Amino acid sequence: MTSDKRYTKWYVWVLYFMIPFMMLLLYKYVKSGNTDSYTAVVADSQKSFSGNQKIPETIDYIFDVKPILSDRCYLCHGPDEGTREANLRLDTKEGAYAAIGEHLDKFAIVPGDTVASQLVFRINNTDIEKRMPPETSNLSLSDYEKKVLTKWVQQGAIWKDHWAFVPPIKKEIPKISNTNVISNEIDNFIVKSLEQHGLSPSEKASKEKLIRRAYFDLTGLPPSLEDIDSFLADTSDKAYEKIVDKLLESTTYGEHMASSWLDIARYSDTHGYQDDLERVMWPWRDWVISAFNRNIPYDTFVRWQLAGDLLPNATLEQVLATGFNRNHKITQEGGVIDEEYRVEYVLDRANTVSKSMLGLTMECAQCHDHKYDPISQKEYYSFYGFFNKVNEKGRIEYDEIPEPNIKISPNEIEGVLSFINMPDTIKEVKLMVMKDDAPERKTFILNRGAYDAHGDEVTVGTPSAVLEFDDGFEKNRLGLANWLFDEKNTLTSRVAVNRLWQQIFGMGIVASSSDFGNQGALPTHPELLDWLAITFREEGWDMKKMIKRMVMSYTYQQTTKTSNAALEIDPDNKWLGRSSRHKLTAEMIRDNALKISGLLVDKLGGPSVKPYQPAGLWAETTSGQGLTKYFMDSGENLYRRSLYTFWKRTVPPPAMMTFDAATRDYCTVQRQKTSTPLQALVMLNDPQLIEAANVLAIKVLNDENLSDEDRVKRIFRMITSRNPDVTEIDNLLKFLLETEQGYTENKTDTTELSLLKSSATAKKVYAYSVLTSLVFNLDEAIVKG
Amino acid sequence: MEEIAKHFLNNNRRHFLKKLSLGIGGLAAASMLDPFSALVEADDSPLAGMNLPHFAPKAKRVIYLFQSGGPSQLELFDYKPLLNKMRGQDLPDSVRKGQRLTGMTSGQATFPLVGSNFKFNQYGESRAWVSELMPYTAKIVDELCFVKSMHTEAINHDPAITFFQTGSQQAGRPSIGSWMSYGLGSLNDNLPTFTVLLSRGTGRPLSQPLYSRLWGNGFLSSLHQGVQFRSGKDPVLYLKDPEGMSRKERRKMLDHISELNAKQEEEFGDPEINSRIAQYEMAYRMQTSVPTTMNIDDEPEHIIQMYGANAAIPGTYAANCLLARRLVEQDVRFVQLYHMGWDQHENLPTQIEKQAKDIDQATAALITDLKQRGLLEDTLVVWGGEFGRTNYSQGTLTETNYGRDHHPKCFTMFMAGGGVKPGFTYGETDEFGYNIVKDPMHVHDLQATMMHLMGVDHTKFTHKHQGRRFRLTDVSGHVVHDILS
Repeated sequence: MTSDKRYTKWYVWVLYFMIPFMMLLLYKYVKSGNTDSYTAVVADSQKSFSGNQKIPETIDYIFDVKPILSDRCYLCHGPDEGTREANLRLDTKEGAYAAIGEHLDKFAIVPGDTVASQLVFRINNTDIEKRMPPETSNLSLSDYEKKVLTKWVQQGAIWKDHWAFVPPIKKEIPKISNTNVISNEIDNFIVKSLEQHGLSPSEKASKEKLIRRAYFDLTGLPPSLEDIDSFLADTSDKAYEKIVDKLLESTTYGEHMASSWLDIARYSDTHGYQDDLERVMWPWRDWVISAFNRNIPYDTFVRWQLAGDLLPNATLEQVLATGFNRNHKITQEGGVIDEEYRVEYVLDRANTVSKSMLGLTMECAQCHDHKYDPISQKEYYSFYGFFNKVNEKGRIEYDEIPEPNIKISPNEIEGVLSFINMPDTIKEVKLMVMKDDAPERKTFILNRGAYDAHGDEVTVGTPSAVLEFDDGFEKNRLGLANWLFDEKNTLTSRVAVNRLWQQIFGMGIVASSSDFGNQGALPTHPELLDWLAITFREEGWDMKKMIKRMVMSYTYQQTTKTSNAALEIDPDNKWLGRSSRHKLTAEMIRDNALKISGLLVDKLGGPSVKPYQPAGLWAETTSGQGLTKYFMDSGENLYRRSLYTFWKRTVPPPAMMTFDAATRDYCTVQRQKTSTPLQALVMLNDPQLIEAANVLAIKVLNDENLSDEDRVKRIFRMITSRNPDVTEIDNLLKFLLETEQGYTENKTDTTELSLLKSSATAKKVYAYSVLTSLVFNLDEAIVKG
Repeated sequence: MEEIAKHFLNNNRRHFLKKLSLGIGGLAAASMLDPFSALVEADDSPLAGMNLPHFAPKAKRVIYLFQSGGPSQLELFDYKPLLNKMRGQDLPDSVRKGQRLTGMTSGQATFPLVGSNFKFNQYGESRAWVSELMPYTAKIVDELCFVKSMHTEAINHDPAITFFQTGSQQAGRPSIGSWMSYGLGSLNDNLPTFTVLLSRGTGRPLSQPLYSRLWGNGFLSSLHQGVQFRSGKDPVLYLKDPEGMSRKERRKMLDHISELNAKQEEEFGDPEINSRIAQYEMAYRMQTSVPTTMNIDDEPEHIIQMYGANAAIPGTYAANCLLARRLVEQDVRFVQLYHMGWDQHENLPTQIEKQAKDIDQATAALITDLKQRGLLEDTLVVWGGEFGRTNYSQGTLTETNYGRDHHPKCFTMFMAGGGVKPGFTYGETDEFGYNIVKDPMHVHDLQATMMHLMGVDHTKFTHKHQGRRFRLTDVSGHVVHDILS
């Protein structure tokens, strides 16, 4: 290291400590002071921020104006007729330009005329009584927002329809001169927008990083040293593509893909309410894994799950797939009113389908017309009607398997359901499916969403703003599925590719992957989104092909390293001029440790399993009914992939919850990404992770030809997929040595607890186990690559 | 859609400035200080501009003593002699007014009224009515603010308790403690902001379960989830170091982790890495601070006796009350207790006697202890369940025995400290103990009032999730100013 470099480092460190320290003082001051000073600091920072915003030269309705109108005005001047004030609605063109006032002589918006426009008059009014939005709404407009709205009116108040309700168009692929950064069409779009933002693509990630990333993104598991070595040795152009193809063909791909589908489907092994009894739905989960592995096209995949039972000559597999809509919670609580809960289940289905397939928050129209999107309460209950024909109970008895259900025995499995992994000990299972066996049941609008407050009767239908549900569609779930995949449906394909993009790139092109409505995020790369959406459809909804396109792109293969300049322009990596350092998911954290240590049991599907869990968690909250105690499995069931871990909704697996797994109480399209002290505790002390460290340590120790340095290198490489540098090796060797030296004889001998036997001394085993645990705790160990 | 791209061209700069103005350095400082603090999320935080707290708080901390199952107000606080007089007579339709009943009693042919088997008396200067089941509580009534007119919308446990904790009957919203952690942040550097303690009653030990989502963070960051403190060797899950590891070794390991992580940060410039270093430091501090707080060896004998003999038995309600005091002493913002076992549909007299005994002395001791330490002033204590119980008997009414079903239309709660009127009773029920006749207080009103005491305007403290602004009190709730001191 040159002295120059050391100097820079010193300088950086001073800043690094001083700035936080000063902020700390300020924070302490603010905290100890009265509320006013606290308020002042926050208010000040806001002011300076909005003061810096530049008003765009040309105001665009969709991107500048509508987000403001939707967020601050629609509540009283939006789609909900019930709460509309002054007979003014700003969510439609007709409404916004219409005459208002008692004598119909006023206009909210007069294009080009800021004086005559009531909107401009009201939002800029200094009279608190006249100003919009009113004080009581707790909503307000910043100066910037007022200027944007005013300037828009001044420039002619040009109206446009909401982007997500306009059909996608496949635009010409942008031309990029630097072909070195183009692997496929995705890159043309990405590089073009990078150029527009004064950014450029980063170089490719190292091969070690790349293979690690691809393994986690496609299979949820890390590569082995052999995988890495053979990739490094393969210098052909196709080396990376070969890996991608291999991973897409691996059954671990289906398991990994299933994990996020189980979140969407709110899959669980228990019913979820109160005593939270056990249910059997895992054969449906096995189907999902198999469907991904067989690469069943997305339209078929969804059609079977929504309406497999209604297909002509439906197969048992198609009926099984409809279990999707029975994964909602079910109560057995004594004394509940049956209809109240039956309605709850129907609502849950409607909400899940709209959120996951349409990217719409339709549930907001459950009690009243939607406040932001063009979905009336009537349309909501028309949609609800599709799912309201099931002859089911609101409250089930203990030990009851809810109707309608199907029976699966080894007979069926040998025949048409070979993907179900049923142990010999189980003779047959019954699981819930959909069936329209209450065809006579009528559907009503439920006033205020209350189960017993019937309003007008409705027939089945969909939100017309998306696409009319015309006579061409059957008036049942099959019709709904066909409507979803109609070429004119503007949402389905966009929502689907956006979710795949989110899975591969960490963030969707539309960041709010479950909300494509007025309050949702705007697409960062709209033309790319449309191109992908149409291509997806044209290619027959081929998921593997689409995912392969994404991971083969240059964009995906970039390094995560970045410059300060790039970080300043794009702190959140919205423009993808680099790769983001994505953390492993809850499933991956544990699976990673199991795989590296060799503990992982490679087995597909089957009943859910009960691995390690801190004692007493189920027992301390139980009522004495149902699953009162957690009986930990033994043998290979302890080491299955985490997607097979038994999911009890009222007490979900705690380590997974700590790493932001979804609760499975309802449909989740996007998990949280947090960093908490409780995560550190899991990483440091979870017995499963300690055991994995111990097993790995002993394995490496048992190779007697290795030196300590070799061993440290191997452990590090197995966990991070790369070789440590000299500093890292020194750091770890020093730790190893000190731990070994500090080991005293009176320590508990943990070698006896080990799964593997070692000829090494207890001292060595201990030191190596702690060292391995240390490496598992490095930030890099829980980052994909 | 070209305009979309143009739009974003203009927006980058602004976004970056926003991040800077809130101070990346500041973020690091705040997170080093306390990763549970809301300020960790300051960048892009929807909290910016919400100006929390909205006004000077009366209460800095809350201890919520949740009585799970639905304690019978008629046996404890709401004295209704008419029910004793009319014992066995049918509940008049004019009183029931078509109120929906649970499936457990809706099929009953008659609804025989039943008064309390336990004697009531008036206590203190406030002359509050308390039954003989609560002798210790009776002694401190002048510290308490009773609400006799609580009412809720749910009639079954799961939705009712979820409603109390999250403001919604269906799962998915953040718990009140999570809201407080999110909005107000932490007051200390080494303990979670929102802690949870569970105990099982002796009245009906196996009756109603609890669900971890009751203290879940819903759509808020999981930084704000309630952290369960448990009796036993591992008081917080995964807190305990592996067998054989010394604190010195752990420290050394963390130092090495930090060094190696800092090296990565230098290479990749990812601020997440610094955050992670801070999380590990907090975890390390918790490994000491949690067991220290849980260990009551330093409590003098007279304090333990004050809470009752059970206070020395980990995991009991009394022990948890003592722990609650120790936690608020450490400035933990929100301590949520749950005591199970109040769901007494049958054999109520024998069950409630035991159940009341579980909680009476310790609750009173907690309030007294907080007061003598000067903590009651700015700590709000809340006691109550998810609904009340019917004035008629569920099942057969005999000379000595009866049961009561769920009753959402009126029930009693009490509060103490942190800005509520001491020695005060709010609201009134009719002489049948069935309907509220004066000053009703809805669950959302209680939540609004609790938030008000914490310095938060419940209508202004919102979180935008999937396009909608959510708040604890949904779309209703009023602060009940009459109970504020």
